[in-house]
Amino acid sequence: MQRIGVFVCWCGSNIAATVDVAAVAEAMKNEPGVVYTTDYQYMCSEGGQSRIKQAIKDYNLTGIVVCSCSPRMHEATFRKTAVAAGLNPYMVEIANIREHCSWIHKDKEEATEKAVILARTAVAKLMLNAPLTSGTSPVIKRALVIGGGIAGIQTALDIADAGYEVDIVEKRPTIGGRMAQLDKTFPTLDCAACILTPKMVDAASNEKITLYTYSEVESVKGFVGNFSAKIRKKARFVDATKCTGCAVCTEKCPSRKAKNEFNMGLNNRGAIYIPFAQAIPNVATIDPEYCIHAKTGKCGICQKNCSAGAIDFDQKDEIIEREYGAIVMATGFQPIKLDNFEEFGYAQYPDVVTSLEFERLMNAAGPTKGTLLRPSDLSHPKTLVFVQCVGSRCSADAKDGKPYCSKICCMYTAKHAMLVREKYPDTDVHVFYIDVRTPGKNFDEFQRRAVEQYGVDYIKGMVGKVTKKGDKLMVQGSDLLNNEQITIAADMVILATAIEPDPSAKQIASLLTASIDTNNWMTEAHAKLRPVESPTAGVFLSGVCQGPKDVPETVAQASAAASKVIGLLSKDHMVTNPCVAQSNELLCNGCTTCEKVCPYGAIEYKDKPIVGPGVPRGTIRRVAEVNPAICQGCGACTVACPSGAMDLKGFTNRQIMAEVDAICK
Amino acid sequence: MHDTNKDMAEQVIRMSGVNPRKCMKCGKCSGTCPAYDEMEYHPHQFVAMVEKGRIEELMASKSLYKCLSCFACVERCPRNVEPAKLVEAVRLLVIRQQGKNYLKAEDLPALLDEKIPQQALVSAMRKYSK
Repeated sequence: MQRIGVFVCWCGSNIAATVDVAAVAEAMKNEPGVVYTTDYQYMCSEGGQSRIKQAIKDYNLTGIVVCSCSPRMHEATFRKTAVAAGLNPYMVEIANIREHCSWIHKDKEEATEKAVILARTAVAKLMLNAPLTSGTSPVIKRALVIGGGIAGIQTALDIADAGYEVDIVEKRPTIGGRMAQLDKTFPTLDCAACILTPKMVDAASNEKITLYTYSEVESVKGFVGNFSAKIRKKARFVDATKCTGCAVCTEKCPSRKAKNEFNMGLNNRGAIYIPFAQAIPNVATIDPEYCIHAKTGKCGICQKNCSAGAIDFDQKDEIIEREYGAIVMATGFQPIKLDNFEEFGYAQYPDVVTSLEFERLMNAAGPTKGTLLRPSDLSHPKTLVFVQCVGSRCSADAKDGKPYCSKICCMYTAKHAMLVREKYPDTDVHVFYIDVRTPGKNFDEFQRRAVEQYGVDYIKGMVGKVTKKGDKLMVQGSDLLNNEQITIAADMVILATAIEPDPSAKQIASLLTASIDTNNWMTEAHAKLRPVESPTAGVFLSGVCQGPKDVPETVAQASAAASKVIGLLSKDHMVTNPCVAQSNELLCNGCTTCEKVCPYGAIEYKDKPIVGPGVPRGTIRRVAEVNPAICQGCGACTVACPSGAMDLKGFTNRQIMAEVDAICK
Repeated sequence: MHDTNKDMAEQVIRMSGVNPRKCMKCGKCSGTCPAYDEMEYHPHQFVAMVEKGRIEELMASKSLYKCLSCFACVERCPRNVEPAKLVEAVRLLVIRQQGKNYLKAEDLPALLDEKIPQQALVSAMRKYSK
């Protein structure tokens, strides 16, 4: 028979203001198995914990129920308390009377009644608890970083710096990501390439870092400390060990139909290409979709012109299988498509561009070699209109756009406006804004400089429509502070386009069984206290895949993710969760349903001799066996099992039913 | 806030199905409105005034009849506020007032224009004279 103690926490006034805690403690005295009850102001405090320890000793308790906040908050705390007093940590049950009760009810009588029921339920379950012991599993001391932008590079560099091996998988032919496309970076206006390319070189030359560019993660199995991934290294049709990056082939290639992704499609590239001069690896890649040789078997001009003999039309995709202890998501973002925002005329007028396209038009390595020329007629634009919040901050029920603030646009728009005025003093620059949001070190000062020193005209209001008149773009919008509707005859319109997660994030998240939110941003384990960890153990978040961020924030978060990875990889063994599934071989009918539903591949079927009442001697049956090192205790098998053979330790069917009975009593 | 105004604001919100609190004051409605210059209260002000309960002022304003109901503001509002539906609801409020005649039979001859179809006159009489 269990000897149970019930400890009711006030949580200051969080619980006590809505729940009569003394009444809950009093009511629990009559529950079977309960030998001691009390209430205290802060059960998680040192004073509270020592009361629990003392009671365990004084009353010889075999288990405790703590009626307090969510187990996500303090279950670990109270388990440690129990262990310190000599109890098994799994003889602790939490009745959540804060989040599930006091915070969501107003009426004290009702809330108290519910708190009593929740406490009674926890006692009923604890009556059937058994001590459980954790096992251990080894940690593979290698990390996988998915995405080779600034986030992935920084995370990899920091992990490598701590002495662990890291692989970066990048789907594009080069690392560098979005930051490589930027011209200058706010708030200091240093050139993006100047600060990024040394990091790219560091990553490539670091002996602990392996780069898999033009590669994609195809499947991931396993669990924290013990993942196994399949990486598809796509055929470049160029031998990377021979290619010298001389780029002669990229100039000779006669196919010129492919849009240059690096320049946001503002110009075309050859079917064989190197994305940009500082690409890493500096190796050409053939795009089979546009390669004349791949289509017709004729051409081969690149091959004839390659002095290194690096072109290999027969190259095949390669599959690499590797094991990792930790996985970092660093999949980044893309600007949203603006096709449905017809009022801005993006699809109709070439001189209406997105901010990322504008970045390329201002960049010395861009399609105009850094001279600002408008795309339609390559003339010098005199009047430029920037429009902020295009597709950001839209109502969740609006037909297009994103409900969140994309966060980076206010700053890069101020940057663009300033750079244009600096380089071309003869220009008029207008910015339509709803709010200027520039929190960050030296950020607001930066935006004010655009207004005060560079004379950028900030207009509070939004653009309603853009039309064409002659060679001018007529931008009609409201100037709310002057209470008038204005029309500006502009040469170029730049749309601060909302950003969204890279489309690969969703698919990779499902490979990793990591969760994403309604906008496909990766979810954190805790929004405030565990911001760089995914709820899936061993999966970490770096950069914009978790939510919009600028470069400084991305780098900070990338390093934070790295430190979490290092913390994990520095362990030789992981303590495993003992709440895993186990199969009762006497009941198992060998149907293999559980094996099919297990998302972790933890269940195997084996021929086993069965010994039990009513089973003939020498009987051998094919039954399920759970590998406790792989099982994550999700419980899918226990629900799927038609014969009730599968059970989850710590959450057995009997325990769950006891809880249901206690609630319904 | 005047009590009747408060009641009327609630009525406008109920009739239109619009929640003016969703407005983030970006001014896109006023930026897109083709009748902007004709109006005393512009579309974004219209939303703000309903939110503040200034319904009587709106009912007395000529802006009410300058809105073309082209629904450009509804189409382009990033917050799905639908300002034109508010305008329509305030118009209905005006029409539903009892005992207020906006159109008297004796005023009609002065307003006559041979291009106006007779049917329009009949329906105007029905709507605007109680």
